[in-house]
Amino acid sequence: MLLSSLRGNKTFSHGIHPPENKEATEGQSIRRLPFAPVLIVPLSQHTGAPAKPIVRAGQEVVRGEPIAEAAGFVSVPMHAPATGVVERVGLARDARGDMSPAIVIRPYPAASQHILYGAEVDIESLSREELIRAVQATGVVGLGGAAFPTHVKLSLPEGKSVDTIIVNGCECEPYLTTDHRVMIETPEDIYKGARIVMRAMGAQRVIVAVETNKPDAAERLCASLPTGQPFSVEVCETKYPQGAEKMLIKALVNREVPSGGLPLDVGTAVFNVATLAQIGNLLPKRQGLIERVVTVTGPGVRKPGNYLMALGTPLRFVLNECGYRGDNVTQIILGGPMMGTAVASPDIPVTKGVTGILVLTKEDLPGVDGRKVYACIRCGTCVRSCPMHLNPSELGLLARKREYAEMVDRYHLMDCFECGCCSYVCPSNIPLVQYFRIAKAVSRKRKANA
Amino acid sequence: MSAESRTIELRSSPHIRAGLSTDAIMLNVVYALVPVCLFAVAAFGLSAALMLAVAAGSCLLTERLMCRMGRQPSTLGDYSALVTGLLLGLTLPPGFPLWMTALGGFVSIALGKALFGGLGHNVFNPALVGRAFLQAAFPAAITEWTPAFITGRLTTCIPSTLAFPFMKAPSIDAYVANAGIDGWSGATPLMIMKFRFGSEAFDAITTQGLFLGSVAGSLGETCALLILIGGAYLIARRMMDWRIPVGMLGGAFALSSVFYLMDTSRYPTPFFMLFSGGLMLGAVFMATDMVTSPTTTAGTWVYSIVIGLFTVIIRLKGGLPEGVMYAILLGNALTPLINNVTQPRIYGAKRETKAEG
Repeated sequence: MLLSSLRGNKTFSHGIHPPENKEATEGQSIRRLPFAPVLIVPLSQHTGAPAKPIVRAGQEVVRGEPIAEAAGFVSVPMHAPATGVVERVGLARDARGDMSPAIVIRPYPAASQHILYGAEVDIESLSREELIRAVQATGVVGLGGAAFPTHVKLSLPEGKSVDTIIVNGCECEPYLTTDHRVMIETPEDIYKGARIVMRAMGAQRVIVAVETNKPDAAERLCASLPTGQPFSVEVCETKYPQGAEKMLIKALVNREVPSGGLPLDVGTAVFNVATLAQIGNLLPKRQGLIERVVTVTGPGVRKPGNYLMALGTPLRFVLNECGYRGDNVTQIILGGPMMGTAVASPDIPVTKGVTGILVLTKEDLPGVDGRKVYACIRCGTCVRSCPMHLNPSELGLLARKREYAEMVDRYHLMDCFECGCCSYVCPSNIPLVQYFRIAKAVSRKRKANA
Repeated sequence: MSAESRTIELRSSPHIRAGLSTDAIMLNVVYALVPVCLFAVAAFGLSAALMLAVAAGSCLLTERLMCRMGRQPSTLGDYSALVTGLLLGLTLPPGFPLWMTALGGFVSIALGKALFGGLGHNVFNPALVGRAFLQAAFPAAITEWTPAFITGRLTTCIPSTLAFPFMKAPSIDAYVANAGIDGWSGATPLMIMKFRFGSEAFDAITTQGLFLGSVAGSLGETCALLILIGGAYLIARRMMDWRIPVGMLGGAFALSSVFYLMDTSRYPTPFFMLFSGGLMLGAVFMATDMVTSPTTTAGTWVYSIVIGLFTVIIRLKGGLPEGVMYAILLGNALTPLINNVTQPRIYGAKRETKAEG
């Protein structure tokens, strides 16, 4: 703690330093990927109710046109990612391996792919409510991976207020570099978006947080700071999970989100840089979210990089464009290696919440394969790594005995956000996070049944 | 199903792991003990080598036997039984009979570990359970000391080493006299401190001698320097919690300083306290046993300081000259309680919230 304050870096206590593995992509500019022959747009790419389709099979759509509307407040609309024809509206494979409703579009190869919809609007003339509705209309959700509808976060409950907006450019997950590139290439859009959410929430200041491992991004952000605005850039220590919102709030404004609460309970709101860049770019033009930047990396691809791709692009198409090796691949992960989800097949689409596609090969899965699970030797390494200051060792022992109630009541199981630090450091290779997921699911079910 | 989808594996996050594993930690403890063991053989000769081998062998065999009896896969691969065996051997006096050593190894693993459910579940440090058993069962043999660096030690055993089970062990007096040492009192520095404080023999003990290991004592406890080097290695590799040796040695140093300053004519210097007996070995290799020490940072400090204080109190005020073993066992017994009361305040907990139950 003292050491980090001497270095001038803000941070939280505990956490880990996994190998960053960002060298392959951090220096690469964002490149656009061509349109896939077929785009699959799932209706549920966000937390909340799935969108309601407003197009039929056989209908022609123009790039940027709404193709599904929000089904209620906690829901967002979808927009056509390309000019083409709706092939079908029906079930398609999703990242969890389930079949879920989607709109399948076949882009016209010869179309100009201009984004037709959009009429400029002066954001300064909009009221707070109008801004929130406008954000919902863009279809933007948390692009850092959570995919929570941004406009819902902007709507403050009665009696709550937010003074500080935190713009999260930490990108603490190893391998991922999308936020890094967005900060370097479109800092103006980030600030435009920050201005919009600041106004929508009635906040007084905006802090942009970057880790020390991205000095070029911090420099670009500082250089393009808009004048006369209460904006600042802060550099945080490079440490996982610095980008978790609770850790970031602690590091920057030294407030702790109460157990079971939200950042707005301590007057803060945290937005990912890519989310704000999209809002800053799309909202003034009244456009919808139709593409995003995804880091495609790992030893399983020959051309790693940061690619701008249409939402709905099948993973297989992306991987082939990036020199997918196909042989020897053991894992395809959506997101980073610490919290990302492994998928069973590359035949699923890229959605709004996908930050990265990480392809790992057998030789690159350090210490997961073939490592024996030993008994917990109570070394306490997990206790000293947990950013929530829980006791994963004790929780793990209780989980083995299925003492789920004790885990919740006495050892604060529900405060675990599954960052993976404990499993990462455990010398006995105990799947702690997996135990906790099960324990949480069972506890929630019991609570619901009670 | 294509060939590809059969090779793609589904796992839950996190998908990467740090390199450190339990067997690597244990194996490195063995590495850290190697210089100490070599010094024991150099100082006490053939007997020491045989004892270490028997102690380790007995522990490994017992571990294997217990796994088989419990129909569990063998746990020899985690090297913890080897660590226990070496540590047990290092806490015994040089001429300790081999059959007793073997029995101690059995008790360490069977009673000290397997009975609790194996590695990770034991309450007490297994090596110290074995030693406590031997001290209770064979009080005479375990206080039979031989001088260090005796001539002829590398070619002949100390006679008591090869004693038959349940037979009276031959006296070492003739053996010591043969080696040309007159007037061997058979006492360790701590015994001299306890029973002959201020005598010539006591004044002859130098801190340097204690630090470098030219004195009498158990196999592995005499050379503080090599123990500290082993500890530094483990700390540097992040395989040992530095707080435990620091807290334990600090606690012992502080309390013995208080006694020393109160009455210099009755109490030894804190440096004598620090480097004599098994304090160093206990602080670096015994109290640091991960299984039997607290998991919380605050708890680690409480635990280690308490052990340091207890050691000094037993040494100066108790009936025994040495108190490290019982102090650590007591610390082990307190560990669950310490863990319980030092649970960290979680992020975002309300200040007035008390854990229930």
